[in-house]
Amino acid sequence: MLKIAIEKIDELFALVAQNQALYIPSDNKDGAAEYTRWSEGVKYSNALNTLRSAKDFFFPQTEDLVDFKMSGKNIEIIDIRKETEDFVIFGVRACDAKSFFILDNVYLSEPVDSYYKNRREHATVITMACSKPSETCFCSAFGIDATQPGGDVECASDGTSFFFEAKTEKGKAFIDSVSSLLSDGDTAELDNAKAKTKEILAKLPLAELSTESFGADKLTELFNSDKWAGLSESCLACGTCTFVCPTCQCYDIKDFDTGHGIKRYRCWDSCMYSDFTKMAHGNPRLTQLERFRQRFMHKLVYYPANYDGVFGCVGCGRCLAKCPISMNIVKVMKALEVK
Amino acid sequence: MQKAIIERAKQLLADGTVTRVIGWKKGDFAYDSTPAVFNSAEELDKDFIFDDFTASNVSKYLIKESQKEGKVLVFLKPCDTYSFNQLVKEHRINRENVYIVGIECYGKLDIEKIRAKGISGIQSVTNNDGTLTIETLYGTETMPAYEVMAERCLSCKSKKYVAYDELIGDDGEVMDSNRFDMVAQLEAMSSEERYNFWREQLSKCIRCNACRNVCPACSCERCVFDNDNSGIANKAPADSFEENMFHIIRAFHVAGRCTDCGECSRVCPQSIPLHLLNRKFIKDINELYGEYQAGADTDSRAPLTNYTQGDCEPSVVHERGVE
Repeated sequence: MLKIAIEKIDELFALVAQNQALYIPSDNKDGAAEYTRWSEGVKYSNALNTLRSAKDFFFPQTEDLVDFKMSGKNIEIIDIRKETEDFVIFGVRACDAKSFFILDNVYLSEPVDSYYKNRREHATVITMACSKPSETCFCSAFGIDATQPGGDVECASDGTSFFFEAKTEKGKAFIDSVSSLLSDGDTAELDNAKAKTKEILAKLPLAELSTESFGADKLTELFNSDKWAGLSESCLACGTCTFVCPTCQCYDIKDFDTGHGIKRYRCWDSCMYSDFTKMAHGNPRLTQLERFRQRFMHKLVYYPANYDGVFGCVGCGRCLAKCPISMNIVKVMKALEVK
Repeated sequence: MQKAIIERAKQLLADGTVTRVIGWKKGDFAYDSTPAVFNSAEELDKDFIFDDFTASNVSKYLIKESQKEGKVLVFLKPCDTYSFNQLVKEHRINRENVYIVGIECYGKLDIEKIRAKGISGIQSVTNNDGTLTIETLYGTETMPAYEVMAERCLSCKSKKYVAYDELIGDDGEVMDSNRFDMVAQLEAMSSEERYNFWREQLSKCIRCNACRNVCPACSCERCVFDNDNSGIANKAPADSFEENMFHIIRAFHVAGRCTDCGECSRVCPQSIPLHLLNRKFIKDINELYGEYQAGADTDSRAPLTNYTQGDCEPSVVHERGVE
């Protein structure tokens, strides 16, 4: 397999960045990893996961959709869409890589979301196999193998080198473009490292988490469960879980009066918020219990009902780490589980 | 400590003093407790936890709980009692329906600080007289507890309980804390440096509203930022000006009422030091109107809502802003 020594990775970054914008996880001042545009001096972080997920590349928190210009009684509609430039994301973990497909199901089915599609088509995704999973990880519950993260190019490390394997045509083109820096390498050490990671994955505290009790056919019993009241009782109704989540996909559309026109933009919405899906007739979910339930029903029942049984969670563990009151999908699943 | 708390809670349930208990429910890991209401001795035995990580200030939950039938037992750390008092003062908590047991606190640990040391795969955390032993899937780590103590606890303002019906342990004293040190550093900056500091911090905001929703001083039934008719409701900032204004307006709104419980910074997923905005107001109020601690009592008039002839003149305030 083709490889590059870890200490030479900056050379590869420099080569890639000559032609395209390159984003890599890098530690910020607070010590948390964040995707950062690479330039000389930006160091790759080996952190397990970035603070915010990689979905931001395709589905940013805010985005301008269209402008309106008023003159007298005329309204001019200005299409502000333009072709995204090619870019590369390096170091995407298996969970985030899977989340792209969960978003694709929603945004690339008819009617196709052209804003999303534009960015998705111009991105090359280089993944990174996990080597040090955390106690909050539970991707295996959703059939994800953290040692085989996929993407356009699958990358993994044995501690001394990064190994690259193209998974798509785009991935092949990427490898061709950096082949001058890569050499053929023996994967014995890499196989060892992956086997060790698999042992750890099997020992994780959430390794046994089961999705058996969830899915499209469990709608009525789960919806009517008497457990929701207790589970949601201390929820603060903040949007932390939804905003750090790589698969949360809801948005709201707002108009911003610029003084000489209107900017119509969309921004992430959160089912935890009181005006979520509020319509002219009113609000379909009046209590926090209903809003809280929506989030987990969406991931565990509604999404699989719409997309061939695929669950809308990838087990990245960000919500487990970030919820101010430590309520999360794992606790919900354990409470609702039918044993 | 946890055992004593559970025993006392069971007694108070059994003798009918209270009908339910607010506390912390243990989670899946060594550090992830969730505020919860316990209705029986069995529930308490099964899930109640009080340890180095039970940091949530549960006083805000009493707004809802104290409106219900029957008395609720609540366990409050010294700093939580200030939030409690402030909410009583603002007529948000029905004091009659609450039974407070004050519980000793030696400072809480911050799991993020442990993670920042590169520690992952945490299986257990034990504290032996200030030395932590952390068992992980990748080996054992030891460190002094103070290295990973929550920022707010490192500048604890008080070990005194300002509201309680009974205590487990002894009452403490108001502390001589260093909590205004960072504010003084910010004040010493040039306005440009200070502006850049706050721009950098506030631009990290993702508008999750965790700071607002956890804040005991933010108890409006409907926040202006959630009210479509206000004209300023938004889920994400349309520009960087709005992004900053949310936090600044919030700090103004809680000025004189913020007890400096530190929950805002504790819950921020983006590690924005929001408490510094509030501390700036507290420091200013102390300097301009005399020492004042919100929540220290339930009946005094707060400096910003009270007129006295000794109040500082607007010109004094204005001059402070001129470099």
